[in-house]
This record gives sequence, C-alpha cells and structure tokens, in this order.
Amino acid sequence: MNVTTLLIILLVGAFATYFSGDKWAPKVALLFGLTAFAGTICLLSQYNLGQEINYTKLWISKPNISFALQADGLSLAMLLLTTALTPIIIYSSFGNTYKNSKAFYALILFMTFAMAGTFLASDGLLYYIFWELSLIPIYFIALIWGNGDAEERKKAVVKFFIYTLAGSLFMLVAFIYLYQKAGSFLINDLTQLKLSSTEQFWIFLAFFLAYAIKIPLIPFHTWQAEVYQKAPTVGTMLLSGIMLKMGLYSVIRWQLPIAPLAAKEYMDVFIILGIAGVIYGSIVALRQKDLKKLLAYSSLAHVGLIAAGSYTLTLDGFRGAVLQMIAHGFVVTGLFLVAEIIFRRYETRKISEMGGIRAQSPKFTSMFMILVLASVALPSTFNFVGEFTVLYSLSQVNIWFSLLGGTTIILGAYYMLKMFQHVMLGETNVRLFADVTFNEGLCLVIIIAVLFFFGMYPKPIIDLITPSLENILTQVNRFNQVK
Amino acid sequence: MDTSLVLVLLLAPFLGFLFNVFLGKKAGKSIVGIVGTLSVFVSFAMTLYLFGNANQEPVVINLFDWISIQRFNVSFGFLIDHLSLIWLLFVTGIGSLIHLYSISYMHDDEKMHSFFAYLNLFIFFMITLVIGSNLLMMFIGWEGVGLCSYLLIGFWYKNQDFNDAAKKAFIMNRIGDLGFLIGIFIVGSLFNTLDFTSLKNIITTAKDINDFWIALAALALFIGAAGKSAQIPLYTWLPDAMAGPTPVSALIHAATMVTAGIFMITRLNFLFDMAPSVQNIIAIVGAVTALVAATIALVQNDIKKVLAYSTVSQLGLMFLALGLGAYEVAVFHVITHAFFKACLFLGSGSVIHGLHGEQDMRKMGGLKKAMPITFITMLIAALAISGIFPLAGFWSKDEILMTAFHANIALWVIGSIASIMTAFYMFRLIYLTFFNSFRGTEEQKNHLHESPSLITLPLIILAILSFFGGIISLPGNSWLNKYLAPLFSKVVHEEHQFGNTEYMLMAIATIGAIIGIGIAYKKYLKDNTIPSEDAEITGVTKVLYNKYYVDEAYDAIFVKPVNVLSSFFRDSVETTLSALIFGLGKVTNEIALQGKKIHNGSVGLYLFAFVLGVIAIITYLFL
Repeated sequence: MNVTTLLIILLVGAFATYFSGDKWAPKVALLFGLTAFAGTICLLSQYNLGQEINYTKLWISKPNISFALQADGLSLAMLLLTTALTPIIIYSSFGNTYKNSKAFYALILFMTFAMAGTFLASDGLLYYIFWELSLIPIYFIALIWGNGDAEERKKAVVKFFIYTLAGSLFMLVAFIYLYQKAGSFLINDLTQLKLSSTEQFWIFLAFFLAYAIKIPLIPFHTWQAEVYQKAPTVGTMLLSGIMLKMGLYSVIRWQLPIAPLAAKEYMDVFIILGIAGVIYGSIVALRQKDLKKLLAYSSLAHVGLIAAGSYTLTLDGFRGAVLQMIAHGFVVTGLFLVAEIIFRRYETRKISEMGGIRAQSPKFTSMFMILVLASVALPSTFNFVGEFTVLYSLSQVNIWFSLLGGTTIILGAYYMLKMFQHVMLGETNVRLFADVTFNEGLCLVIIIAVLFFFGMYPKPIIDLITPSLENILTQVNRFNQVK
Repeated sequence: MDTSLVLVLLLAPFLGFLFNVFLGKKAGKSIVGIVGTLSVFVSFAMTLYLFGNANQEPVVINLFDWISIQRFNVSFGFLIDHLSLIWLLFVTGIGSLIHLYSISYMHDDEKMHSFFAYLNLFIFFMITLVIGSNLLMMFIGWEGVGLCSYLLIGFWYKNQDFNDAAKKAFIMNRIGDLGFLIGIFIVGSLFNTLDFTSLKNIITTAKDINDFWIALAALALFIGAAGKSAQIPLYTWLPDAMAGPTPVSALIHAATMVTAGIFMITRLNFLFDMAPSVQNIIAIVGAVTALVAATIALVQNDIKKVLAYSTVSQLGLMFLALGLGAYEVAVFHVITHAFFKACLFLGSGSVIHGLHGEQDMRKMGGLKKAMPITFITMLIAALAISGIFPLAGFWSKDEILMTAFHANIALWVIGSIASIMTAFYMFRLIYLTFFNSFRGTEEQKNHLHESPSLITLPLIILAILSFFGGIISLPGNSWLNKYLAPLFSKVVHEEHQFGNTEYMLMAIATIGAIIGIGIAYKKYLKDNTIPSEDAEITGVTKVLYNKYYVDEAYDAIFVKPVNVLSSFFRDSVETTLSALIFGLGKVTNEIALQGKKIHNGSVGLYLFAFVLGVIAIITYLFL
C-alpha cells in the first residue's frame, strides 16, 4: 500500500460513520481508527524495508499543483502519533453520549484525515488545503458539542476560527510568492530556491504568523485556553494532542528549510520567544481555577519549549522537539481524559470544587499521578527523553537558554503538584467518586504504557526520525557552503 | 560477577513494589510485610555476595542505548565498583532493618500495602542511583528517590499540611535537579560522554582543560547535591519532611537518600578535584550548614525536628570533608551516621508509637523504665553521634575535624562548635524523653509499654553497629580508605601522621562533647521541670525556634511574588491580549462600515472617483 490508502481509509471511515447511524457511529469510527493505525504500522514496516510508499500525481496543470504525498521518518512519526491517538480518543469518548453522534464521530475521523494529510503533503498548496481543512471539523465539534454558555462558546470558537484562518492566509501569500519563483509548489523545489535574505525574512515571517497562532506561541495564544475549556474533551484532545503539533511539525518541515537564513539571523529571538512561553505559561497555570484551563496553559509552556528546541537549528533540537511532540501528545490526551473522568462524576471543572478524591479511587489516583509525573518529565518517562534532549540542545546554543528553559522542571512541578493536591488529596470528599470504569482505565493504561515504554527505550523512534531530520538539517545549512 | 546477579539485586525491590501495588490489598498485611521486607533482603544478600566476591576491577554492564545526543549516546547501564558496593551495603542492609521495623510500626495503618510499595520502590530507585554507570542513570535514581520521598512524606494525604510538606520537598529538590541537569549539559559538551569510567579517564589524562567550565559544571552539580542532601540554601524541606511516618524519616531522610549528594560528589571526585574554587565553596557551605542547623536543633521541642536538624547539621560536616577533598572521610561519616541516625529515628518512632503519636518532648519524660530497650539503644546512638570514645561517631567525626584542622583553623572551630552543640541537643533529647517523671496524660501513662520485638530488634542491631562501626576506619589502619583508594584520582589525602596534635584534637573533641552533655545535664536533669525558655519561647530562642524565619523569607521572596505575578498575568495580561485581538477585529469591522457608506449607489460619486483615479494614474505614469 502507499500513503494514499491511509488517507482513503480515514475519509471512507468518516462517511461510513456518518451513514451508520447514531447507534453504530462510535463503534464504526473506532473500527476505522484502529484500521488507520494498523495501516500506519504497515506503512512503517514498508518504509523500513525500503519500499516505495510515496504518491505523486499531477493534479492541476495550470497552476502547477501536484497531489504529492511523501512520507519520510518525520512524517511517519507524526502519522503514528495521529493514528495512535485517534482510536484512544474515540474510545475514551464511549463514556459520554452525544446528540447526533454520527456527525460527531464522522467529524473526528474527518479531522484525523485532514491532519494526516497535513503531515504527508509535499506540495505546498495541497498542504495548505489540508491545513485549512482540519480547521473545519474542530470548529463544528467545539461549537455544537461544546459546553458552557452557548453565546460565550460561540464567541470563543469563532474567534479561534478566524484567528487561525487569518494567520494561515499569510502562509498562503508566502506560498504564492514562492510559486512565482519556483514554478512549482513541491517542497523539493521550494527548498532549492536561492532566495535573498530579505525575501527569506518576509517568507519566514509569513509562515511564522500561521504557525505561531496554531502552536500557539505567546503572545498569539489567547484563543487557546478558552477554546480548550469550551470544547468537548474529545475536541480538546484532538487540538492539544495532535493539532498543535501540526504547527510545530510545519516549522521543521516547511519554515526552516525554505527560509533558513532568516531562521539563523533571528534564531535568538525565536528561541527566547519559545522560552518566554515556557515561563509565562507555567506562571499563568499556577493560579488557574479551571482544570482544563490549567492544562491549556501547561500545554502552552510545553510547546514553547518544543518550539525553542526547533529553532536551535541543531539535530538535537529537532530530535528533542519531535520526541517531545509525541510524548506531549500522549500525556496531554491522558490528562484531559482525567479532567473528563472527574467531570463525569462531579460535573465540574472548578478545582475548588474537587479534592478528597484519592481515598475513594486508588486506581484513578495512581494513573493520574503517573500522568502528572510524566508531564513534569520524570526520568524513565518519554517526556524526560524529549525534554532532556531539547534542553541539551538549548545549552549548546547558550547555557542561559537551558537554565531559563529548565525552569519548566521547577515551575512545572509546582503547578502540577499543586493542582494534584487540590484535586485529589485532603479530607475524603463527601460526594461519592467511583473509581475508573474499564473503558476509562484501558485508555489511561495504554497511554501510560506508551509513556513508560518509550521513556525507557526511545531508540525505535529516534532511529525512525533521525535520518529525515538530518536531511532537513542539510537543507537548512545549504547556504553555508555558498558563503 | 554476572549480569543476572546485578539485575536480581536491582529488580527484587521492584517486584516487591509491583506485588504490593497490585496484590497487596488482597494479600493481607502479614504477606505485604513479609514480601516487602524479603524483597529488600534479597538485594542485601546479593550485595553481600558481590561484596564477598568482588574483584578489584569495577564491572560495567551496558544493557542498551537509552538517549541519543548527536555527539554521544547515553547507555542504560550499571557500574559496580567499591563505591557502589559500600553504598549498596548500607542502603539494602539498613533498608531491610527498617522494612522489618515497619511491619510492626505500620501494622495499624489501613494503607500498609501502599506504604510497603513506596518503600520498595524507594529502595529500587536508590539502587539505581548507586549503580548507574553514567550521570543520566544516576539522575533516574536521583529523581526517583525524590518521587518516593514525595509520596511518603505525604503518605497521610488527608492532612493538607503534610501534602504541603511533600510538595515543598519535591519542588526544592527540583531546584537542585535543575542544577544537576545544567551540570550534566556542561559535562556532556566538554567531554562528549556522561559515562563515569570514560569521564574519569578523560579528565585525569587531559592536558588542557577549561578551568572555567569545569568549575561551572562542578558548581552546578553541587547545587544538585545541596538540594538532595539538604544544604544551605536548599535545606528547609528536610525538617518539614518529618511529616512522613517515622520509618521513612529514618530510611530516606536520615540514612540513605539524603546522602545521595555526598555519593554524587564522591563519584565525581576527579571532576571536583579540578575545581578547587568550588571545593572551597562546598567546604564553607558544609561548615555553615553544620553550625546553623545545630543552633536550630538546640531549641526544637518536637523530637523528630531535633533529629531532622541534627541530620542537616551532620550532612553539613560531611560536605565540609568533601570540600576539603577528604572523600573517604565523608563516606566514613555517611556510614556511621546511617547507623546512629537510623537508630535514633527508629527509637523516636518507638517512643512516638508508645505515646500514640505524641511528638512533643515536653510531654514526655521518665520513659526509661517503661521502654528500657528503646532507652538503651537510643542512649548508645546519642553517645555515638556526640562523639564519645570509642563509639562509631567518635572516629568519623574526629577524622572530619582533624582534616579541617589541617586545612583551615576557622573551619575546625565551626565544626567543633557544631559538635559541642550536637552533644548538647542530643542529651537534651535523651533527658527530656527518658529521665525524670512522665509529663503526659494519665491515660497515656497507663498504656506505657516497650515496643514489640520487630521494633526493638532493628534498634538493637543498629545500636551495636553504632557502637562498633568505627572499626572500619581506625586511624592509622583504615580498611575503608584502602577499599576506596582505587576510586580517587589524587592521593593528596594520605593518612595523618598520628602525633601529639592528633591526640590533642581528640582530647579537645571529647572534652567538648562532655561539656555539651554536662550543660544538658545541668539544665534538664537536675530539676524535674521544663526550663522556662522551653515552656515559653521568647527572645533569641524564638528566632532559633522559628528557624531564623528562613521559610518565611523564602515565602516572601519567591513564593508570594510568583503567585502575585500569576494572578497579574491571569487577570490583566491575558485579558488585555485577548481584547487586543478582538480590537483588531473591530477595526476591520469599522473600516468595512465606513466603506459601506461610500458604496451608496450614487453613480455621480463613482464617476468622480473614477476620474480622480485616472488622473492620478496618468500623472504617475507621465511625470
């Protein structure tokens, strides 16, 4: 098979889910999610065996747009994250019932389809289409199935939609400019361009707007916390677990190789911006009253560090960033599930209304604790591998960067343990809290197993991504020889 | 020495942990205790075997590549050498005893299985820390024991004060850990390896070494050590950590985990030898910590708090020795301290157990009749820590003071004063607890009894070790020094010539200890009342009692500002940023509204605009 098959599975899955009716929709969606995961594993083994899995076909001849999908180690790693999380996310939602669930689950698969496409597309315009396409399902998921006051929700979601859309338009303009120069949208052509440093600067900036809003980096993050809070948990998981990584992935895949001179020139600025996000996000998280909002700000801090790692333009920075993207995807999905599990029992997200849960639910407590520890990057969890590598790369640029970025291990422990204390510990809560159900437990156990396994043995992923990242690094450094 | 033996040694406590987590509740308390204790005892037996059969050459076991950095790989590997064996011996040995003790001590706790699970997990991580073959492996253990410490301090999680203490311990340790990480980064970029054996080879043979970066690495690593081993300024978590059950205080917060910092510096002695300026800092920090903590211990009324500050103070003495390059002396004191401090903590646990949770020494007294074994074992340990001849503490403390004397007289004075204070507060503790008449309630008085044998047996063993432990390193003929010698790059620290000066120093130390005990005797034993300054705390005592208000200062300087900043960010910055984005939207909207007015369908206006435009273009093109 080739990568197109995977996209077809997801797209067909979306339709099949929609037409299977409300009752069967969740199960059909899960089935297709699992099939897509199996497909990814299949692609991986083919890739490792050196078989051809890419697909290119001329789509429109004027302008010259190709339907080009290319999977290297980096894309496959992101694909693995996407298709592994999707079934977990779908399965975790079995504890809830949704009105019009056929549309709900169809949208989830459709979103996965668009995100997978984004990770695979090697033609700029195709990539742009997938990028924008992924916005539509999450818009409806958050708007229709979200929670809280409908008016406020609409405000938050529309703001998010327009904001990210506006950011992406700059990217489109950049692509059109690049097309005029190269006569093609293919990434291989775009990374061959000899652009002047002024051109690179503007292109870099245009990409940056799109990505900074999506990731998000401060100060472009204002949509995030509200949308995370208002969206249904499934939506929040899709957003934070996978969609954020589209921005981070694109930095490494598109922005840096196309405009490396600008990236080098302003490296410090963007690293500092990332680190500022780490500190700012951590501090804001400290006094959040809403559990989901707290997790949103913690996400802001983590992605700040990942971005800082990417902008070091070193192999260690890239590698740490990708590892941390995957690790963060899993841990944040688990943490949002935890928030949902509490919500199912207490119908609140206010931390002040929780507390005293530990005595009633030993299994839930242990799993929550482990996720908290993974989130603060305890060694032997996957998150440590990523965080260590990123911080190491920062230390190679400037020891101060690693010191400032490293405050995440202190501040992170502070806000996470404080949250855990107020949510879980203290005198036994008078309201009954049933321990995790089979469904909830299974989702958390899978996530935890992944985090520990790759925490101890990250080698398979490191081996998968390293050659691709080295290629990208060569593209990034292509101007060095000219000088 | 084969791999499987080491893996059994490492994994036995981990299996104990898994058993207690998954089956502990169903298995019942007796099984939990037996499995928990046995699993540590297996490690101890393995250690003894390795110790008995150890070759002179260290053994390295690399399992697989763990983390990859562009310029080097970090392997998941272990290193068994004399240093790790020494640590393993007392970690698993004392660990076994404390597990045994806990079977009885925690028997009435409904969460006994969790307790043993955490304790097993702790031993597992401690072993990892000790036998890790590189800095990152050590770091796994390092943070792992920190986690167990967190879990066990907050073991009684219904009390939010205890949870606060647990959280504080974790976060303060993490401040140190950041230092540790920065140290790792610098070491990694200087030498392209984190492996201890390679590092030693590179550093001891390298010719041009960048002094500045080496010193910076050493300093950063020392900050890590200071966090874990509760040195100034990162010591305030340790006294709070006494919120945990007493066996935890004995095992983690006295005998083993808090010595990790000393282990790390000893492990990296070749690195620290290259950074004399940092060694000076270590010596000074150690000496000052020893003194400051001792002064606080003078006036504490909580029996465990006295012991906690005593631990901080003793750790300070060890750092003093490290700073002077006398690594083997520091290790010697680590071992003897593990014996007598574990004994003291377990003894205090026996007392607290007997009094149903009472920890205030003002409400104790006269317990020696009711609890004779506890009394005698604690007395021996107190004599040992005070440095009375010929108990273990005498030899090890004397070595530290002697080293200090030869290096810098001021450090010796500080160390000696701290030691005199030690003798005083230890006997204050003994007198208040065991002598005169009982000051608690009638109810408690009727229930006074000696603790069961599972509790007294470890006490007796530890008391014997506290008595004879000095044998391992007698001046002039030290087994320990010879055993550890292959570890050290420099042989700067030859054994002292034993002359008049040394005998004089010993005499001074002993007299000091006796003076300390004498003052305590005069103050606490002669009259059957609590001295007024202990009953009502005022003046200087109040400053000491409140630990120089360091906690309050940290709160005001760090914690509060961060929280204020957090509120400010949350309430002001976030809303402003959000409004700005909306503002942008509004501006667009406004432009559109204005634009709409122009598009009012008046053809005249359109024509006018058209003509203006054409004129403008023509002007632009032709002029």
